[in-house]
Amino acid sequence: MKRKLITLLIILVCFLLESSVFHRLSFASVKPNLLIVVTSSFGFMRGKKEGMFVGFSAGLLADLFWGNALGFNMLLYAVIGYMNGSFKRMFYDDDVKLPIVLIGASELVYGLSTYACVYMLQGDFAFFSYLFGIILPELVYTILVTLILYQIILHINKKLEAEEQRSASKFV
Amino acid sequence: MKNKSQSSFSSKYWLIIISVVCVILLGIERFTDGGGPLRFIAGYTVIPMQEGISYVGRFMSDLSDNFETLDEMKKANEKLQSKVDELTTDNTRLRQEQYELERLRELYKLDENYSDYEKIGAHVIANNGSNWFATFTIDKGTLDGVKVDSNVLAGSGLVGIVTEVGPNYAQVRSIIDDASNVSAMMLSTSDTCMVRGDLELMSDGRLHFEKLPNNDNVVEPGEQVVTSHVSSRFLQGLFIGYVSDIDVDANNLTRSGYITPAVDFSKLQEVLVITTTKREMTGGEDTGEGE
Repeated sequence: MKRKLITLLIILVCFLLESSVFHRLSFASVKPNLLIVVTSSFGFMRGKKEGMFVGFSAGLLADLFWGNALGFNMLLYAVIGYMNGSFKRMFYDDDVKLPIVLIGASELVYGLSTYACVYMLQGDFAFFSYLFGIILPELVYTILVTLILYQIILHINKKLEAEEQRSASKFV
Repeated sequence: MKNKSQSSFSSKYWLIIISVVCVILLGIERFTDGGGPLRFIAGYTVIPMQEGISYVGRFMSDLSDNFETLDEMKKANEKLQSKVDELTTDNTRLRQEQYELERLRELYKLDENYSDYEKIGAHVIANNGSNWFATFTIDKGTLDGVKVDSNVLAGSGLVGIVTEVGPNYAQVRSIIDDASNVSAMMLSTSDTCMVRGDLELMSDGRLHFEKLPNNDNVVEPGEQVVTSHVSSRFLQGLFIGYVSDIDVDANNLTRSGYITPAVDFSKLQEVLVITTTKREMTGGEDTGEGE
């Protein structure tokens, strides 16, 4: 229960930060995608199922307030969370390379599918201007933010896990 | 081992359920408009938090403004004073013309006056967090008289249009958004054109205009562009910006180019919402999907 509340709180805080603070911190009118960082890191830290539900809730918020069709971001983030979940076995706490590669890949998948589903379907084929104007700058900025945000999420997760283990051993 | 395969089955199972739910939601969205209960709940939970954050942000920027030196203030005051003088003379001249205009209007029995729409002020409380859209949320909703299709201004220029409204918030799509199309006209020649937002131009805050007839009327950079009289959603005569570039299209029939908007979209804090919509003004006739 406590874990669920804290996870929800992390998603909400990232959502609020992204729509207020990071709008002012944007470089070349591009802001990082915090929700992808959260979804992806919960995916490979906690497994497919939790990644999927974190992605689902993050996507729900994004759809309600930023998107134009309810369901699109929900599906996209849920699938990204699920995909990241399958890397759980390769994940170790002290390794920072895998998280960065995974988060970068998730961000790329997010950017490409948003372009494909929203702009390409409207008949807008200027792929490279979107790639170099939005997708890649967003990727770089997101990875920079990951370096800090990921450490915070990792730390919170470690604390929660330690607490869960303690209470589990108490009851057995 | 058995346990493991079971858990992987159940997560796959969940993925399928979630995908189906999302696809169904997308389908529902296609046929109804508005998010229904979910948006309603979100309006009462997340909006107050966004309001809180933006309030703190405003407080901080006010605080930093307080540290401006007296010297700067004096300079600014001097500049403003001369501006006031300038505007006063302008104003008297304009008022004289206003009287003349009123007299002439009476002569022509033109009772429609487009210049004073009823407006309310609103704070921008959140921006779109993704880089793909240029929408923002304001802290006024149906309770304050904001409706879908209400026009939104900042300073003297057009900012956007309300696309979605809740009891205490409204979602505004700015005119630089990729999905935005505004029917506009050149102020001096009254030739109509379409002003289109473009994601590629969004970063430098410019707009694209097209379908301006290639006739004898000369349009030069610096020309003012306002919303047109044929628009079905935008009230007539709202200022959009200045023409910065103009070219004749390859078909030799139309002209297109770029507009520098009157509003700085990267620093929007307060906006004005016009509470009367064009549809109400034209007597509720449905002019179709015009724009």
